[in-house]
Amino acid sequence: MDLAELNAIAAHERASRKPIRIACCTSLGCYASGAVELQQQLTAGVAATGRAENVEVVGVGCMGFCGHGPLVRIEPEDLLFEHVRPEQAPAIIAALDGGPCDVERGDPRHPFFARQLPIVRRNGGVIDPERIEAYIAAGGYATLYRVLHDVSPAEVIDQITRSGLRGRGGAGYPTGLKWATVAKSPGERKFVVCNGDEGDPGAFMDRSILESDPHLVLEGMAIAAYAVGAHEGYLYVRGEYPLAIQRLTRAISQARRHGLSGSQIFETAFDFKVEVRVGAGAFVCGEETALIASIEGRRGQPRPRPPYPAERGLWGCPTLINNVETFANIVPIIERGADWYASIGTARSKGTKVFALTGKIRNTGLIEVPMGITLREIIEDLGGGTPDGTPVKAVQTGGPSGGCIPASLFDTPVDYESLAAAGSIMGSGGMVVMDAGTNMVEIARFYMAFCMDESCGKCVPCRVGTVQMHHLLDKLVNGQATSEDLVQLEALCQIVREMSLCGLGQSAPNPVLSTLRYFRDEYAALLNAPSAAAPQPTD
Amino acid sequence: MAGALPRAAPAQEQDLAAPTVDNRQKILQATMRRHQYRPDALIEVLHKAQELYGYLSPTLLATVAHDLHLPPSRVYGVATFYHFFSLAPQGAHTCTVCLGTACYVKGAAALLAALEAETGLKAGSTSADGQLSLLTARCLGACGIAPAVVLDGLVIGHADAATLRARLHALLAQPPLAEEHHGSR
Ligand SMILES: Cc1cc2nc3c(=O)[nH]c(=O)nc-3n(C[C@H](O)[C@H](O)[C@H](O)COP(=O)(O)O)c2cc1C
Ligand code: SF4
Ligand code: FES
Repeated sequence: MDLAELNAIAAHERASRKPIRIACCTSLGCYASGAVELQQQLTAGVAATGRAENVEVVGVGCMGFCGHGPLVRIEPEDLLFEHVRPEQAPAIIAALDGGPCDVERGDPRHPFFARQLPIVRRNGGVIDPERIEAYIAAGGYATLYRVLHDVSPAEVIDQITRSGLRGRGGAGYPTGLKWATVAKSPGERKFVVCNGDEGDPGAFMDRSILESDPHLVLEGMAIAAYAVGAHEGYLYVRGEYPLAIQRLTRAISQARRHGLSGSQIFETAFDFKVEVRVGAGAFVCGEETALIASIEGRRGQPRPRPPYPAERGLWGCPTLINNVETFANIVPIIERGADWYASIGTARSKGTKVFALTGKIRNTGLIEVPMGITLREIIEDLGGGTPDGTPVKAVQTGGPSGGCIPASLFDTPVDYESLAAAGSIMGSGGMVVMDAGTNMVEIARFYMAFCMDESCGKCVPCRVGTVQMHHLLDKLVNGQATSEDLVQLEALCQIVREMSLCGLGQSAPNPVLSTLRYFRDEYAALLNAPSAAAPQPTD
Repeated sequence: MAGALPRAAPAQEQDLAAPTVDNRQKILQATMRRHQYRPDALIEVLHKAQELYGYLSPTLLATVAHDLHLPPSRVYGVATFYHFFSLAPQGAHTCTVCLGTACYVKGAAALLAALEAETGLKAGSTSADGQLSLLTARCLGACGIAPAVVLDGLVIGHADAATLRARLHALLAQPPLAEEHHGSR
């Protein structure tokens, strides 16, 4: 493969496009609601009405408005249809001529779409994720070509550092700094690992990226490998994501066939081969040292750091581990420059973040917004508030490691430091909205049950502490706790937080601490009040 | 409305000790060979074994340990560590209720309680006739259509108790599943 061939593929793909395009979302949310049959019906309908000459039906990645799927968009008119059933295919085709159409219409200019800034999701809902040609036509792999021919590894790292990109897996560690450490670490053999374990319940950003634009992640990984001097990579994807695994596996074999993965990529001396590893349902495997153990075929138990994986990772070799969304940011940064990226966001949090908006919210789905946007803008403007118009009580960010932020703090800007100051974390991007019907002590118990079940058992504070804290929360919810129990719960929170070996234990108390901070009255109301059974969450 | 995910449905249980060399054994051997019998392929191999046999029997674990040159304790340790691996046969049909946060906030706990009452099963158990397993999951990534339930590999979004009850009845009313219905997805 050389540049001329790449350009030829792109040109051919663009030339074979038809004037009218019916795009069907085929990512999990729509997929599970019958999108595949819908796509077949649309294709058959287009053929039957003799329009195949100038109308194409394509399956595309996630459009983001998952709660309203299956979604169909017609271009260039930019008509959006929601909740489309396969039997409505003829009505959609009729709409091409401006005919009457009773299919539910969406508004592509709704703030849910208009307020977004798609950088990593720019191809989501636009290209067919199953065809490498579609990615190449959208400019794909041109950045890798340029990097391999014209940019030195040190310059790549410099660009990433200056962009201000921070890890999207939760902790927000500066990506450029991590790359520089791996590049400096001595060793013949190095690895690049993409963390696609996405264990936080309520988060599906990484799944959507992998399903909608797998090559963007692969190209980002290849650039990373070039920068740090690695020739082998692993993509660790959780086993609950079969569709993402299928699309990634297909993308890798396409890349290999086109000489964009493997040896002598773009006829340079650069070799890089990637393999997918499928997780087996353990949340702790998202922790980087546990993930490494899992790739090595062992129990996914964390080990103390240092040494960090950047120095001693897979099989003892220097290893770069980044999150899916982190890798998805690489191509846009190199393509448009560090200064452009650094101009988006706040002083210390640059670029955009993808969030999964779920729970008691009208517009459920995936959004990509610039850092610095407020929680209120996300929840009220993009999310449209609660479905029944009642007030939002709180939003949970960061999953089991995060916390609940009350509505009174919704003017908090979304950046790493502000969310931490509010008692939560940026986390990987799950945002679960809660209304008055949600009992916060029950939510705390819910997360503690999660951490208790997922604790790997290696260290005592986490293994025993989560069980004890869960027991105390259970007593509280059942109205059997005394004020001493509450004191003990708070003491345990401190111990487990300070003494646990890995992030799972260290952050397990966070949901308790944050709900105590903002909703202490709900805890107090449950003390010694045997009849006060907590209300069940209702829809 | 539901779309089938490209996940292999669990195959019927089968006594490995029986001396029949069916093609599942060949497929498993081929998987190990592809990984050059490397010990670090253990999890990949266990995934394949479970996909083929439906669960990991002691004999199956022993075979894998022998072929990958690993101590049985290591294989057993890995198989029990990961939630995905099941050491007991599962029902011919499975119903998995997501209890992740997004589904929980949308009433998944009540949904599960309704299914438990309906089937007389507790979450995590299999009916005595081996027809149905009622399971739970920690987020399927389908939070956008919460609450989510998976019925025999089919994700059902915006699930409600009445619809699920009807679908379960329809499923269980079918003649018991024969082998060839499995693994075709
Ligand atoms: C219990 C636990 C679970 C984690 N789960 C994930 C995960 O699912 N995905 C992820 O990218 N990072 C996860 N992390 C963070 C990783 O350890 C690591 O910091 C991250 O993958 C680094 O990539 P980044 O710098 O691009 O964020 C988890 C950490 C802990 C302690
Ligand atoms: S903190 Fe918990 S999950 Fe982490 S090593 Fe200790 S026991 Fe395992
Ligand atoms: S919380 Fe149920 S699918 Fe994510």
